[in-house]
Amino acid sequence: MITVGLYHFLVVSALLFSFGLYAVMTRRNAIGVLLGVELILNSANLNFVAFARYGIFSMDGQLFALFVIILAAAEAAIALAIVLNIFNNFRSINVDEADSLRY
Amino acid sequence: MESFVFYIFALMTITGGWIVIYSRNLIYSAFSLLITFVGLAGLYGLLMADFIAATQILIYAGAVLILLLFGIMLTARKTSIEITQSNLPRLPGAIISSLIFLLLMVVIFSEPNWNSATNPGVRETVPMIGKLLMTKYLIPFELASILLLAALIGSVFIARREES
Repeated sequence: MITVGLYHFLVVSALLFSFGLYAVMTRRNAIGVLLGVELILNSANLNFVAFARYGIFSMDGQLFALFVIILAAAEAAIALAIVLNIFNNFRSINVDEADSLRY
Repeated sequence: MESFVFYIFALMTITGGWIVIYSRNLIYSAFSLLITFVGLAGLYGLLMADFIAATQILIYAGAVLILLLFGIMLTARKTSIEITQSNLPRLPGAIISSLIFLLLMVVIFSEPNWNSATNPGVRETVPMIGKLLMTKYLIPFELASILLLAALIGSVFIARREES
């Protein structure tokens, strides 16, 4: 059996990134778009940690992954607040219908 | 043994991601995102990043996913029971994302010596992370705390109902 190396993790990360991109492009529901964004952020995180293990940067990758997790938490809170506000104004969170700043 | 564990966690991650984009029910998507997060935490543990794995479980699976579930529940229309949704035409998105996946594959496998600089890995990650957060990454650390405070206040302010 082949030993697990950097390429394995990079392939998993690339697959996750493509899934997230597909979700962002095809979902109509704003929460679905957010799920895709979370997938993309996680794939970037996996790359950071994999390069921290197999590259020449010993711990910096893990620190960057930590900061990405912090930013993702803040992003989720703000995005949920905006989505709730859109729902209160438009009675729907379809991203195609929410096309004006004032209702 | 290591490769066996890797394939289990990678299968969890990719299956969860596939259900996220395949399911029409958003509740199923959110719960399969939980499977993805747990699989990713296992992969981080395999990469000797135990602190990141614990943080992944705590923050992503514990906080972000609950927030997303609250969002799904609060924005469900009262008239329709199902929280399904209609998607945009899938074919262009599928074509573009598979092209980008192929491009990433080409880039990954055309670089032969990425694997050459293998370091043994830091055994004790938590003391190292603590020291780095207090020395080299002090300013980003403080900025992150200010950002979290601003996000807290901002999201409460945005999401409150107008009293009129």
